[in-house]
Amino acid sequence: MRKGVNVPGVVGTIFTVFMALVWLFPLYWAVVTSLKLEEQTITKPPQLLPNPVSFASYARVLGESNIWRWYLNSAITSIIITFLVIVLCALCAYALSQLSFPGKNILYWTLLAGFMIPGQALIVPQFQLLADFRAINSYQGIILPQVIAVVTIIIYKQFFDAVPTELRDSAVIDGASSLRIFYSIYLPLNLGITWALAIVTFIGAWNAFFWPFLVTTSESMMTIPVGITQVSDAFGVQYARTMAVAVLAGLPVATVYLIFQKRVTEGIMMTAGLKG
Amino acid sequence: MAQKRQKRQAARTFSSAMPTPRSRRRRLLMWRDALLLVAPFMLLYLLFFIFPTFRVVQLSFMDAPLIGDGPFVGLENYKRLLGDFLFWKSLRNTGYFVLLTVIPNTLLGLMFALMVIRLNRLKSWVMAAFFLPNMLTVSVVTLIWQWMLDSQFGVFNLTLGTNFAPFRDPTWAMPMVALVTIWWTVGFNMLLFIAGLQGIPKEYYEAAAIDGANDWQVFGRITWPLLWPVTALVLTLQLIAQLKIFDQVYLLTGGGPFNSTIVMLQFVYREAFQNFKSGYASAISVILFIIILVASLVQYRVLRVGGGR
Repeated sequence: MRKGVNVPGVVGTIFTVFMALVWLFPLYWAVVTSLKLEEQTITKPPQLLPNPVSFASYARVLGESNIWRWYLNSAITSIIITFLVIVLCALCAYALSQLSFPGKNILYWTLLAGFMIPGQALIVPQFQLLADFRAINSYQGIILPQVIAVVTIIIYKQFFDAVPTELRDSAVIDGASSLRIFYSIYLPLNLGITWALAIVTFIGAWNAFFWPFLVTTSESMMTIPVGITQVSDAFGVQYARTMAVAVLAGLPVATVYLIFQKRVTEGIMMTAGLKG
Repeated sequence: MAQKRQKRQAARTFSSAMPTPRSRRRRLLMWRDALLLVAPFMLLYLLFFIFPTFRVVQLSFMDAPLIGDGPFVGLENYKRLLGDFLFWKSLRNTGYFVLLTVIPNTLLGLMFALMVIRLNRLKSWVMAAFFLPNMLTVSVVTLIWQWMLDSQFGVFNLTLGTNFAPFRDPTWAMPMVALVTIWWTVGFNMLLFIAGLQGIPKEYYEAAAIDGANDWQVFGRITWPLLWPVTALVLTLQLIAQLKIFDQVYLLTGGGPFNSTIVMLQFVYREAFQNFKSGYASAISVILFIIILVASLVQYRVLRVGGGR
């Protein structure tokens, strides 16, 4: 068994690669369809490669739908959500980790309780609240409920707890303010997890469907995930164009993932509660 | 690694720990700083999370329209709920969906993790292939699968020469939504399992190899028991996530055909945003809330036992 080719191993590898290709096939098929001419999408048997390769459906989607507007809405809301989540959660976690103040324990337990509250069960009062603020169909309406990321606070707190207290003590003696200690000691020491959390938050915000779907009714305020459901209704049975929409919608985050694969994985592990 | 760096830095800067000066003024300053640091998040948290938690319970005792209050009706909404066949249907469907996804998705995630972890050069590519669907938003996933499973021109039906329309078939709609969900999310479970597998010390496997254990013995005696905390974590994360199912069902079937796929969260959505009955929708929300709360308590225990936090 030791010498020569490891037969079960090779079979296992072939099976693994085969399964990976099976998993990729829907994505491949979406891309191929989007590159076909409309009449070639319905040939029998199906063509596995586009011939000729046509970008006509992309041109039409980019020219005739609101997709640019949705890209803009998604970009604006996701960037603001990411920024707010990181800043607010890091500051809050820093206070919980390093400062002592009355009511700290109650505060911490209130946050931990948030872990068990499913946001999805709160859509009715949340919607009413935003309606009271006249925030339906607005960026604030999309952003505000998504800023509440208790898990980010918990992760930051764990990392801040691990920073040696000597660092803080001497800075206090030198007369540095809490905020200054935060951004000159605690933040730089935790830049790695900040990046990981920021990327994961951004991807989550970009991909969020349920809340933006509830809070946007006008097409001009929709984000990519919500908007593209309108396009397929408008195009009807135009498969190449519908798949071009799907590819255009999926491309930004897929690219971010392929570039930052390690950070994304790290961030996912932390937010799922495996490492930290 | 980060900790080591911090320690080194600390050692370089300080030779000994210094006592913190504790004057009254300093303490008051610290309280003020803490308040300023905590306030922005806590305000949003209390306003958009804690307040709605109480408000949803209050609304569930009211005959409220979509926006604003309504007359107090006591337990009327809950009584009506018990007699509403659609409520029981949505409850059953949610349970059915959980059944179709949680365990298969966990086992498949474990299988993929075991398959991927033994690869060398191909590892990161294969991992990316399994995980990539997870990075897509739900509406992209459903657009792609609607096209794949199109009854006329979908690639399966064209190849097989059939006209099968799974999302319009009461028997097949839910299993197909489950299948799409597994394709979409199994990569996440795989990642957690890979991390778990990497955490098992190599010495155990070396010892087993010396003792001449076969692959099944190694898996049954070493991998599975040591991986159990991760498995429990994945199972509970799955359970909670799938109880909240809405997006895929709404986009693929709209709850149909004949309400055969309507789930709890969609029932909430329908009553609140289509029938404008917030009180009734809130009563359903409270039930969903309680179910998920129970699942979360289980998760909390699991995480503590698993040493997650």
